[in-house]
Amino acid sequence: MGSRASSLLREEDIEEIKKQTGFSHSQITRLYSRFHSLDKGENGALSREDFQRIPELAINPLGDRIINAFFPEGEDQVNFRGFMRTLAHFRPVEDNEKNKDPTSGEPLNSRTNKLFFAFRLYDLDRDDKISRDELLQVLRMMVGVNISDEQLGSIADRTIQEADTNGDMCISFSEFTKVLEKVDVEQKMSIRFLH
Amino acid sequence: MEGAWEIAFVLFQVWLSIVVGLIVLPAMFGVSLGFTDIYIKVLVKTLEWATLRIQRGQKEQPTLPSQSANGIIEKDDGSMEEEIGELRRSHPKNLAGGDFTMCDAFYFCKKGIENIVEDQVTQRFTSEELASWNLLTRTNNNFRYISVRLTIIWGLGVFIRYCILLPLRITLAVIGLSWLVIGTTLVGLLPSSNAKNWLSDLVHITCYRICARGLSATIRYHNKENRPKKGGICVANHTSPIDIVILANDGCYAMVGQVHGGLMGVIQRSMVRSCPHVWFERSEMKDRHAVAKRLKDHIADKTKLPILIFPEGTCINNTSVMMFKKGSFEIGGTIYPVAIKYDPQFGDAFWNSAKNNMVSYLLRMMTSWAIVCNMWYLPPMTRQDGEDAVQFANRVKSAIAHQGGLVDLSWDGGLKREKVKESFKEEQQKMYSSMIVGLDCHEASEGPV
Repeated sequence: MGSRASSLLREEDIEEIKKQTGFSHSQITRLYSRFHSLDKGENGALSREDFQRIPELAINPLGDRIINAFFPEGEDQVNFRGFMRTLAHFRPVEDNEKNKDPTSGEPLNSRTNKLFFAFRLYDLDRDDKISRDELLQVLRMMVGVNISDEQLGSIADRTIQEADTNGDMCISFSEFTKVLEKVDVEQKMSIRFLH
Repeated sequence: MEGAWEIAFVLFQVWLSIVVGLIVLPAMFGVSLGFTDIYIKVLVKTLEWATLRIQRGQKEQPTLPSQSANGIIEKDDGSMEEEIGELRRSHPKNLAGGDFTMCDAFYFCKKGIENIVEDQVTQRFTSEELASWNLLTRTNNNFRYISVRLTIIWGLGVFIRYCILLPLRITLAVIGLSWLVIGTTLVGLLPSSNAKNWLSDLVHITCYRICARGLSATIRYHNKENRPKKGGICVANHTSPIDIVILANDGCYAMVGQVHGGLMGVIQRSMVRSCPHVWFERSEMKDRHAVAKRLKDHIADKTKLPILIFPEGTCINNTSVMMFKKGSFEIGGTIYPVAIKYDPQFGDAFWNSAKNNMVSYLLRMMTSWAIVCNMWYLPPMTRQDGEDAVQFANRVKSAIAHQGGLVDLSWDGGLKREKVKESFKEEQQKMYSSMIVGLDCHEASEGPV
């Protein structure tokens, strides 16, 4: 219900998050309500079970990978800042953001960062390379039991062959970016947040 | 000291006779003295004034978040094929066996994140967000000080609700329930006859009318010509236990439910004495055939009252209708659908059983402004040829959702407590697999399938 949830979020925090992620004030308070309603344990942080309670996410073949993206390496809890940082990747790209402070680096929702988010879905061990095994694992998650091992293997081989330019039988981030250069990443990896 | 007690006693007697004279007796005869109408009118005016003040306050302080009941995001409603097809259009195609591209994952990723921000199911198990505050702290998401006048009105509201309305309502509830128990027990002593049935109906209706007054309930009935008849099954969307009071104010039904202990048990046992209801032991509920048989026997007897069933199986927050369990639709007989929509402005009727137990829920109800709802009787429906129970259930559900202005969902209300079934994920995987190997099926046509 979010009753009085926003009173737990201080103005300074909202300003910080606004600067870091680019969300507006009202978007942040609305997302905080959502965070609060997912946080069944009421301890200011979400666990993997809290995400799994969303039925539409639980039936998503890549559900576990997506949930994983919220949690930093080796941690089991994500706080509101972390939640917003991850969601910020999906803000639409706006041209008027070009006049940002140059020392703050690339905004979280740039094309490169969106691609990197998707890359991380495949790169399970976070070693910045997608190996054949990792690709197979993700493929298996998406197709379930409906495709045989051999067929899946050949699909994986073909995909790596197409993308791999330096012959190491793995897909690096730059190879990943090259293969997908014509895809409209800005639109396909963005969510239209209201107000 | 003696004098003080005597005065208190006299006051109590006066209070009781006022309550009985002005509320209970007219309620029993279905007569309205117009108090509730005036009360509701005053309330509406006050709430409108409060809304204007809040809006004015928001304009002056732009940092106040606007309370909008719209969603957080705008979703694309494309199917899996459409969305992934669009993704692949810009990707260089390779026709040799298997149609997979790395960007396919984008579709699942975006859907997943959208569902994390806003999903269709979890919001149904908490109270609906109001577009404007109705002067009850419990519904206020962003309680900010707006003006002195508003706070005074709010304080006055608290006083009225807790010190005037609450004792009145508790008195009425106690009178209503004791009347039910005593009345049905007395009627139960009579031999079976038409007179007994008539008296039983009278006792039940008057009790529910008293209880409805006890909640300041204003109910608008629509299409009374479709009222459920004997030997039929009445089916409605479920928001709270109060649904029963609302429905039973305008007709007599045979209730279906589990046998309880305590006060509920006493009420159940006495109700059954005057007319047949269907109470199941917990062990019996597991056996679906036994349940179906008892219900079938009940509706086969045309002298018995129509059964009242809530096929969702659990309370939903009145913004949507969730999956109807097919059990009630397999029995046969005529289904009389009923749509119930509460107006959340006056009081939130939803029972969040995870958050409130029955007693605290009833207290919340009795300290709300009022219960205002609309009830539509829909034309009777029967199972058509070639339609199985699930399809029939969905048809009835759509009709109810359409009439009540509720969202029609196929998700199971049981997801309130349980995990979603793996089979749904498997469906998604199957759909995606057919997109990948579609081409292969044509090429590998020589081998045995």
